[in-house]
Amino acid sequence: MTSGPKAVGIGRRRPRIARDSTVAVAIFLLPAIFILAVFVVYPIGFTVIRSLFSATGNAFVGLDNYRRIVTQPRTLVALRNNAIWVMVVPIAVTSVGLVFAVLSERVSWGLAFRVLIFVPLVVSGLAAGVTFRFVYAHDPDVGLANAVVRSVTDVLRPPGAYAGARPSNPERVAVDGETFQTAESLTTGEVAHFGFVAIPSAQIPESAAAAPHHIDPGDFGDPDSIVAGVVWFDFTRGGGGTRGAVDDGELGLPDVIVHIEHYGVTVDTTTTDRSGLFVFDGLDPGEYTIVLDERSFRTPFGGLAWLGPGLITGALIASYIWINAGFALIIIGAGLSGINRDYIDSARVEGANELQILVRITIPLLRQALMVVVVTTTISVLKIFDLVIVIAPESVQADATVLALEMWRASFGGARDFGLGSALAIVLFILIIPAMVLNVRRFRLED
Amino acid sequence: MIPGKSTMNTTAGQPRGSLARLAKLFSSASAHTILVLLGGLWLLPTFGLFFQSLRTPRAISESGWWTVFTDMSTLTLDPYRRILGSPIFVRSIWNSFAITIPTTLIVVSVAALAGYALACMRFRGRDAVFLVVVALLVVPVQVALIPVAQLYNRLGIFGSIIGLIFFHVGFGLPFGVFLLRNMYATIPYPLFEAARIDGAGHARIFLTIGLPLVSPAIASLSIFQFVWVWNNLLSAMVFTRPDSAPMTVAIQQQMRNFGTNVDIIAPGAFMQLLVPLIVFFAFQRFFVEGITGGSVK
Repeated sequence: MTSGPKAVGIGRRRPRIARDSTVAVAIFLLPAIFILAVFVVYPIGFTVIRSLFSATGNAFVGLDNYRRIVTQPRTLVALRNNAIWVMVVPIAVTSVGLVFAVLSERVSWGLAFRVLIFVPLVVSGLAAGVTFRFVYAHDPDVGLANAVVRSVTDVLRPPGAYAGARPSNPERVAVDGETFQTAESLTTGEVAHFGFVAIPSAQIPESAAAAPHHIDPGDFGDPDSIVAGVVWFDFTRGGGGTRGAVDDGELGLPDVIVHIEHYGVTVDTTTTDRSGLFVFDGLDPGEYTIVLDERSFRTPFGGLAWLGPGLITGALIASYIWINAGFALIIIGAGLSGINRDYIDSARVEGANELQILVRITIPLLRQALMVVVVTTTISVLKIFDLVIVIAPESVQADATVLALEMWRASFGGARDFGLGSALAIVLFILIIPAMVLNVRRFRLED
Repeated sequence: MIPGKSTMNTTAGQPRGSLARLAKLFSSASAHTILVLLGGLWLLPTFGLFFQSLRTPRAISESGWWTVFTDMSTLTLDPYRRILGSPIFVRSIWNSFAITIPTTLIVVSVAALAGYALACMRFRGRDAVFLVVVALLVVPVQVALIPVAQLYNRLGIFGSIIGLIFFHVGFGLPFGVFLLRNMYATIPYPLFEAARIDGAGHARIFLTIGLPLVSPAIASLSIFQFVWVWNNLLSAMVFTRPDSAPMTVAIQQQMRNFGTNVDIIAPGAFMQLLVPLIVFFAFQRFFVEGITGGSVK
């Protein structure tokens, strides 16, 4: 490297020439070195030392600030959340990027698709955060995520026609979740009364007819083989009426599914007619319980609390993936276009299926690109800040918090605890050092 | 018989071919379907933000933005009128430019010089300096927030735009130097040699050979730096005051009362997003090349 100035290396990449003058080098290099020294290198040293001092910096406290990080509940939550982010996100982003890259190679408009996925990369954490605050709104009428979930749950578990109904005669009706049943068992020849209130009038079907005042099981055959009843809307327009009794003009609730049980075993099932009447006949004499099926009373899907303490980290991770899938796609897509197609084509000729090709050929050949995505994402995830502070409402920030947020809060969020803040910054820095070493090693090998 | 229609009763060779063709058709059809769905999923949130920015707070709290497709009457430009009538917000737009443009220019200039030195000049410790730059690529800004804030306090520039600019320059430089140095390193050496033999000094080689040949990388770096600083929230939250705050900080400060300030937040966020979006679509190629050049080697 430092041999004689005139020697011309034969077969070397570059001929040896004289070193450049110190002045010339300094003019080119010093601005960068000065700025890096002042704003990056010196601060690292300062922060390391500052982390050993108290909040105000007056007292040396040794490692006490680090002890606080691993004992205070809030910073412990931050550590836990950072661990979740690091375990989940790099793998998730890489997988999404790989799938996108492979799929978009197979269609003619793949480039347009890629550009579309790149777009969120230029969206700030703030704008993405605002965007996802809307997506995660709790009310399924308002928030996109819950609207999508509702469209699925409405198919799998349709809401009942009389959702929200409450019995008007609670002493005679037992409530079990969303099913209602007679509080005491009936014997054949008796009549069950299920009066309901708290149903919005709009939910009562047009077809509903006035509920019968009086039901005589004898009208339907041998009273000893019959249990009848009525399910009705125990509400008289304009007020008045007796609770628990069918008054003039009160409407029956049609199409309620009714089961009759004998010691817990369902004997028969029927549906109420237009006037809310139901009749079971052909019963053996004995004791029965009438059960109204929950399907008529199911409350509609009210929305998942994406922004609540339980789901917030998952919701944040989903928005992170939305932003960074484009990055993975760019890197993996570039790697993919560098792969020798012959490997894949000959495997296909040999009869390998697409999954085999992906796992056995594409992924191993893309190893380097995949590693770049995993490492870069890990670094970025460790520093995650914007999405958390923007998306997580104040009340759940204690549950959603991460190291970078705690560092900001401790130092600039009011507490002015520069000791704890410095220690948190150093913890973050230490966590990133492996990636730093990896980068340096990669470049030293190359040179 | 129509070839490929029936696979059951054809001769030995044919079913296989038509089955494979069918399978291929199916798999490419499903690839189309999946990609259309995914594309929609990736587009919807941004669409949502756009439409929300044109609705009243009341409409936002009562119905989803997708209802505008059936009822356009809820759309209004009032939120934009309101936000553009707010002096603080308009100020923040100017601040965003006043922070971003100088940062970009300084990073590009300083990195162009340093990258040239690290690739095209010969001096003791060159490789060590470059490896330090590589190491600094991933340093989190958190390690510098407190010391630089205290430094600015002593210098009396805490809260000023110039302070934030230099902080951004410090953390933008490693990537800039790295990207440009790698680009300079691809220039064929004989080019320099010929210039040296002609008696050109480094200043002339830098201006006539170096800069023109790395201009694509400079374009990438400028775009990155612009978008990165424009979108920055954390450093700006620490180093600015209300009169020097960029858009990101101005909007973030309204987030505490999301429901009531939504008519400022939504149009503000959309305007904040629009600028990098325009940059992206105008310079897409450089953007993509910058990402690959900065990561895969």
